Amino acid sequence: MSEWWTYRAEDFLLFSPRSYWRMFELQNEAYWPLPVLMLALGGIVTFLASRGGRSALRWAAAILAGVWCFVAYTFLWNRYAGINWAMAYVAPAFVLEALLLLGIAIRPGVRLQPRGLSAWIGYLLLAFATVGVPLLPSLHGRERSTAEVFGIAPDPTVVATLGFLILLRGRWPALLYPIPLLWCLLSGVTLHTMGEAQAWMPFAVVALVVAAAAAAAIRRPLPPPA
Amino acid sequence: MPTTRRTFLQASMAATLVPAAQAAEAPPLTRPIPSTGEAMPMVGLGSWITFNVGDDPQLMDECAAVMAAFFAGGGHMIDSSPMYGSAQPVIGYGLKKLGQPKALFSADKVWTSGDGAAQIAETRSFWGVPRFDLLQVHNLVAWETQLPLLFEMKAAGKLRYVGITTSEGRRHDLFEKIMRDHPLDFVQLTYNAVDREAEERLLPLARERGIAVIVNRPFQQGALTRRLANAPLPDWAGEIGATRWAQLLLKFILAHPAVTVAIPATSRVDHVRENLSAAAGPLPDADLRERISASAREA
Repeated sequence: MSEWWTYRAEDFLLFSPRSYWRMFELQNEAYWPLPVLMLALGGIVTFLASRGGRSALRWAAAILAGVWCFVAYTFLWNRYAGINWAMAYVAPAFVLEALLLLGIAIRPGVRLQPRGLSAWIGYLLLAFATVGVPLLPSLHGRERSTAEVFGIAPDPTVVATLGFLILLRGRWPALLYPIPLLWCLLSGVTLHTMGEAQAWMPFAVVALVVAAAAAAAIRRPLPPPA
Repeated sequence: MPTTRRTFLQASMAATLVPAAQAAEAPPLTRPIPSTGEAMPMVGLGSWITFNVGDDPQLMDECAAVMAAFFAGGGHMIDSSPMYGSAQPVIGYGLKKLGQPKALFSADKVWTSGDGAAQIAETRSFWGVPRFDLLQVHNLVAWETQLPLLFEMKAAGKLRYVGITTSEGRRHDLFEKIMRDHPLDFVQLTYNAVDREAEERLLPLARERGIAVIVNRPFQQGALTRRLANAPLPDWAGEIGATRWAQLLLKFILAHPAVTVAIPATSRVDHVRENLSAAAGPLPDADLRERISASAREA
């Protein structure tokens, strides 16, 4: 790209807020009553994550992998890519994240750690993704039909996954952070560029994930002296 | 009938309102395309962002309504690009719904470093037109390859006009060189009451070389009109029949003698009518243009 330094985020915005929010309205309509069932599924993931144990981890990771694939195909590929060609490249990244989720489900050495400060941040994100994000239209003066629902729309799906990842311990979960964190940044920049007040949300989620990582690092015992 | 205070006020109001109403109904002024003399209404319709609505049937119908109002108001040129997401198929949908209006002046772009001919064929199928009136090399992407392709198409009768585009003041040096070296019919560039860099070299050169000028981003992608939304319209706006800031801003652009057509994008029927009416009334003189520019900068 020539003279790349002269480009601003606005130059890459291809669509208007009305087209953006209508996508969620159409997505909810197209899969109704799945959005209601997905709320329950989000609750099940939170419940499994709070139980701990290998079996709960596997089920929760498998459910999340499934909804990442569903969102990748039905929303990013079939809908969002229609107004933003870049989504055709993001959809495969969502499928990759789904594969990574399946990978940690079968990987030994990964476990759930449902206690401690960082765990509470994880629960907070899971709860917010499931019941908080769908309420944001009321907070920001939009039609409730434009609600973003876990398992149906990318933002709440990503936020719930980050909440789940915070509850995991082991080396491998670190590999699963980049895609959802990058999505949060992309979503935040998109909303901010459109002048949407909801831009605070993805950025706040990134800040909470960083806080959780810091809390987990502080709690981790120092290695014994050599 | 004796003149009472009421009849005087009614007559005064009528005198104020009638010209504006007439201006709204009158067709937009035209300027000739220098290379052929063909008359072009001075306000066209852009499609950047506003027509990128995917396959949403409700929003596609809203875009078709904007197009209907545009043609009904005397507009001709609709401009798009392969870069604008779903805007091209949405325009095609609107044209089909409106029965392929005869007034259409179809302007699109080639935006690829790959197979330009294939991209143009796909674009044409989206629009549903037998050929384009104007094709432009979008932001000079692969212009060394694509510009000769467009000239070949023109020579073969598959295209009427050839142009190049830039936006936001980028690559003006190269843009100027291409204007000097090639027999272009059109150039498209950013020019508005705040971004006036084009006045220095490109607009005078376009006049000198007989190249038509399309002005994009007349409202700085809506930023100018948003900034001015709460500012009171100056009293002198009435001198040129402007009742909205958007009209003043458009009149500033259209009054430049090198400008052929401005292409504001909108998703609203009332705005498309308002834009067309800007070209139906008197245009500002040099002094008034400076006042418009100063007001826009101060806002």
